[in-house]
This record gives sequence, C-alpha cells and structure tokens, in this order.
Amino acid sequence: MSNYMFNIIPKIPVADWATWFVDWLTDAFAFLFDPIKEHFGYFMKYMSEELLMSIPPIVFILLVAILAFFLSGRKFGLAAFSIVGLWFIYNQGYWEELMSTVTLVILASLLSVIIGVPIGILMSKSKVASAIITPILDFMQTMPAFVYLIPAVAFFGIGMVPGVFASLIFATPPTVRFTNLGIRQVSNELVEASDAFGSTGWQKLFKVELPMAKSTIMAGINQTVMLSLSMVVIASMIGAPGLGREVLSALQRSQVGPGFASGVAIVILAIIIDRMTQSISKKAKAK
Amino acid sequence: MPIIEVKNLTKVFGKNTKQAIQLLDKGLKKEEILKETGATVGVNRASFSVEEGEIFVIMGLSGSGKSTLVRLINRLIEPTQGNIYIDGEDLSTMNKASLRNVRREKLSMVFQNFGLFPHRTVLENAAFGLEIQKVDKTKRKEKAKEALELVGLGNYLDQYPGQLSGGMQQRVGLARALANDPKVLLMDEAFSALDPLIRKGMQDELIELQSKMKKTILFITHDLDEALRLGDRIALMKDGNIVQIGTPEEILVNPANDYVEKFVEDIDKSKVLTAQHIMKRPETVQIEKHGPRVALERMREEGLSSILITDKNKNLQGYVTADDALAARKKDISHLKEVLKTDIPKVEKDTALHDIFSIIYDSTTPVAVVEDGKLLGIIVRGAVIAALAGEGEVTVENV
Repeated sequence: MSNYMFNIIPKIPVADWATWFVDWLTDAFAFLFDPIKEHFGYFMKYMSEELLMSIPPIVFILLVAILAFFLSGRKFGLAAFSIVGLWFIYNQGYWEELMSTVTLVILASLLSVIIGVPIGILMSKSKVASAIITPILDFMQTMPAFVYLIPAVAFFGIGMVPGVFASLIFATPPTVRFTNLGIRQVSNELVEASDAFGSTGWQKLFKVELPMAKSTIMAGINQTVMLSLSMVVIASMIGAPGLGREVLSALQRSQVGPGFASGVAIVILAIIIDRMTQSISKKAKAK
Repeated sequence: MPIIEVKNLTKVFGKNTKQAIQLLDKGLKKEEILKETGATVGVNRASFSVEEGEIFVIMGLSGSGKSTLVRLINRLIEPTQGNIYIDGEDLSTMNKASLRNVRREKLSMVFQNFGLFPHRTVLENAAFGLEIQKVDKTKRKEKAKEALELVGLGNYLDQYPGQLSGGMQQRVGLARALANDPKVLLMDEAFSALDPLIRKGMQDELIELQSKMKKTILFITHDLDEALRLGDRIALMKDGNIVQIGTPEEILVNPANDYVEKFVEDIDKSKVLTAQHIMKRPETVQIEKHGPRVALERMREEGLSSILITDKNKNLQGYVTADDALAARKKDISHLKEVLKTDIPKVEKDTALHDIFSIIYDSTTPVAVVEDGKLLGIIVRGAVIAALAGEGEVTVENV
C-alpha cells in the first residue's frame, strides 16, 4: 500500500529538464558564448604560451620572490620558499604547465572578484537580495565541482575557457560571502557617523564601508583563489592544460611517480599563492 | 526663533506602531504597551526647543530614551510621529537629498565611542564632513587643520586614531564636527567613555570653546554632575518621557517633579545614603609644611577656588580661598595660619543626605566630612544631586 502511494507519481524528469535547459542556454546564448570562447580562449592561449613563456624562468622566479619578500613584510621565509619551490617545478620540467595553471588561476580569480564583490555589496545592502542569493551560493558550493564541467563544455567546448567558467561558479561564493560579512561587520557607530555627516550611499560605501571591510574581503579573495586553483586541476578533465593535466594523465596510466611529482608542484604553487594573498589580507587588517 | 524645535516627537520600535501610538495617547505606560502590542516605546511625545547659542543637556539613566531622542533629531532614526524643526525647516517631512544637506551644513554629531575612521589619519578624519560635501582638497585640509588646532591637536595631523588616547580621540571627534562649521552640535554621551579626570578636562574645554564659538549644543549624558556643569538648561528623561526641563538652578532648588522627588522620598524613608557614600577624596595642603604658594599652585592644578587645610595628623584646620592665598603671597606672608578661614560646614560621616542637602545649599564652600576632627572627605553639590538622581544607589551596594 505504502509502496503504491510512493509510486503514484512517476519519476520526475529532472535530468531531462536540466538537459533541455542547458541545451536551450547553449543555443540561445550562442551569440554570447561563441565570441567569448574564441576571443577569450585566444587571449588565454596568448597569455600562457607567449606572454608568460617569454619571461625567462629565472626572471619570473626572482620577480615572484621579490613580490613575496615585500608582501610578507620584508621577511625572507616566503621569498626563499618561492625560489626553491619554483626552481623545483622548473627542474621537474613542468614550467610550461605551471604557466598555464597560473594563467587559469589568475584569470578565474580576477573574474570571481570582479563579479563577487559587487554581489556581496548588494547582499549587504538588501535583505531581499541576501535571502535570494544565500541559498544560491550554498547550492553553488555544495554541488560536486565535476558537475559544472558538463555545461561548461556545452557552452564553451573544451580547453581553458570552460575551465575558467567552471571555476568561476565554484570559486566565487567565498568572495561574495566575505564581502557581505565584512560590510555588515562595520561598526554601527561608524555607519552612523558617516550618515550623520550627510554621506550619500555611494560615499558611505567607498569612504567607510569598503575600506573597513577590506581585510575581511581579502580573506574571502584568498579563499576564492585557493578554490579556483583546486578547480583548475579538476578542469584538466575537460582539456584545460596545466599541472592538473599531468596529474590526470598519471592517474589514467596509474603512474605513481609522475603523479606525485606533479602533485607536489601544485602544492608548492598553492602555498605560494595562499601565503601571498594572506599577507595582503593581514596588511589590510593592520591598518 | 529657536534653532531646534521638537514637537510631539515619538519613536516606537517594533511592529504594531500605530496601535502603540493609540495606546500612548490613551496614557498607557511603556511596560503596558510592550505587553499589549510587543512594541517598545523609545521616546514618548517629546517637545522642547533650544535657542541659538544654548547648551541644552538631555539627562537620563540608561534606557531612558535619550540616545534615541538625539538620533531622531538628525533622523538617524526615523521618527514614528512628530516634527523636528531645525532653523525653521521641518526635518521630519524632508526628502533624502534635503536631509543630507541639513546634515552636512547644519548638524554635526559627536559620538560616545568617538566614531572615528581607523583607516584615516587624524587630519583626514577631521576633514571627513568637508570631503563628503566635495570641498576641494586644499581648502578642506586647511579647515580641518584649523579645527584640530582649536582642540589642541595641531601636532597630530598624520597620526591614526588608534595611536591616540581616548581623550585625544574625542578631540578629533569634536574637531570633525566643528570643521563643518555647523549651527548645531549633537553630542551623544560624548565624554562618557573617558575616565573621570579627562572627562572633567574635556567639559571645561567644551565650556571654553563654547564661549568662543557660540554654537548650539545638544548634549546627552547620564551623568548629572556633567549635566549641571555644562547645561544652560537640562531636560530630565525617564522611560522615554521628558519629565522636567529647567535651568540647573531650577533643578537643584525644585527637584519637585515626580522623577527626582521620588528619589528624594525613597532616600528620606530609608535614610540609606549618608555623607560617606557621596564624599570624595579631598584636595588638601598641610599647615605645617605648605605655605600660600603651594596652596595656590594646588588650586591652580585642580581648578579649585579654595582648598582645605589639615595638620599632619589630618585634623581639619579650615580652608583658604584663592584670593586670600594670592593676597598673602603678594604680601609675602609665608604661613597659612594668617589667611586661614574656619567657617567651613562640617558633617559626620553618617549624616543623612537629606540634611546635607540643606547645608550645602546655603554654603559657598564644599562641605567637609569629619570624624573626631579628622578630615575624611568633601562633598560637592553635584555629588548630592547625583545621589538623589539614583546613582547613589549603586554606591550603597558597594559599601
């Protein structure tokens, strides 16, 4: 009886709907997706294969080390680690892959921040927006990251562009959340002070709220960068070049050694990026 | 024409505000309305007006609605009912753009916890109001600097607020408010976060600044001593109602409104509060070792017009006034004995507050508290009033 009750409704064709929806999106927005695929794809290829590769590795390593030195407050630890770590990646023959991964991470994070910060601001200003966006963010973050690869391929084919798209969806939420949090945390008295002197909404945002929220927003951006790095690795499954592809091919051929070496390269990159963005966040806080 | 005029100003927090207002009109009390509707009455039909150049103090204990009231005046909190006229313009019906203009040009606010922007330097903080008005950079820096010099911070322009002490931070807050050259200063418990000594200094400075600037100041405080020192007129608030408005004199002589009188009655009945609860540590000089010069110096330091004199065993000898000490110094009299006055009123440490009240009112000097001839402390007027207003109750628990 209960089984009968249970089965009274036939299987809901959610999968069909999703397929239909993505197909529709692909067709309807082809005018948008195709040029993005073409121009953005070309730009990324240029950046990773021409621009970054034109910098001699030794110069690149030194530049990163100098940046690390100043960002970490004139300490040598991170700078030294960057030199040794990046040299190791070069030594293992992953330099070209590293450049692809760096390109992907930089562009994906940059886009995430450009999109995420304004959405976070919107959430902090409007209860309605916050109520609508919060569950969407939860959805975006809990959906297994692999799932995003499928529509990404449908929209943008294979390669770097769908990789950026998938990591955009996966990595934007922390920036949005932390921006929202940071602005809401600004002390009530400071908001009052700003209002009491006759600030407009924009003046309040740019002169008080964003500067006060800076360190929190930077913490969100740090998370976003780390998530896009992890997504970039996964994106190798849809043909995004880079260190992830090395891991993937090692997996497919079940070669432990190369898998380990390329894995370590990713870890090194992750540590360098993480410490750098963290020290930016700390700097913002110290002020 | 009064510069601030508030008519029937009411704020009800929560839902059911309409119902709550109807109940208020029927004369129900705050707690009854909370029970009935779930709405909290912040301010109940406050009406008063402040003349140009006046320091108007709103005094009440915490929860009395005084901070809400000051925020209603610049509409940081939207009033539920009633009108606010600044310079004749009705703020309560104004659109946002005109409201902003009034806030920029006529009203400046000083906050309890200073409300300074930690990411801006002292100069940038002081220039904030002008920056908001899009005054050009050199001009606003110049004006902000002037304001900072006025409060004695001309040398701290490039520091960050976090590097300054509380008193200095609040000077920045004051300079920021003054840089706009507003007509009205709203000061919300501006000195309450400062420790007592600094607070007194700031009060004096405000009085001095005021004698130069002639601003209209609306000052919120929970400290009756402060209210009496600063206020040209004082409004006493309780449970969202203004229960009395008057000059400090009127409030001292005539605490005969329900609120203050109730305290007096309570104290009379119980006779709980006595001299020792409200006395302060006295400033004294020793008759054996100090001469008129020291006495004068001490008075100057402490800002007193007279100082108590004891022997080395702390037995009270009398007092000397600043005028007498000065005269003595000019005549080269080296011993205090010759200028000593002994007509200082004395009370025992367990004299009831009620009795002290009549003594202190007739006296030109503070009252000395003695035990077996030894000086224990002194009582100043403000302390008596503060005790009457309820702060004394806390002291009783402490004793």
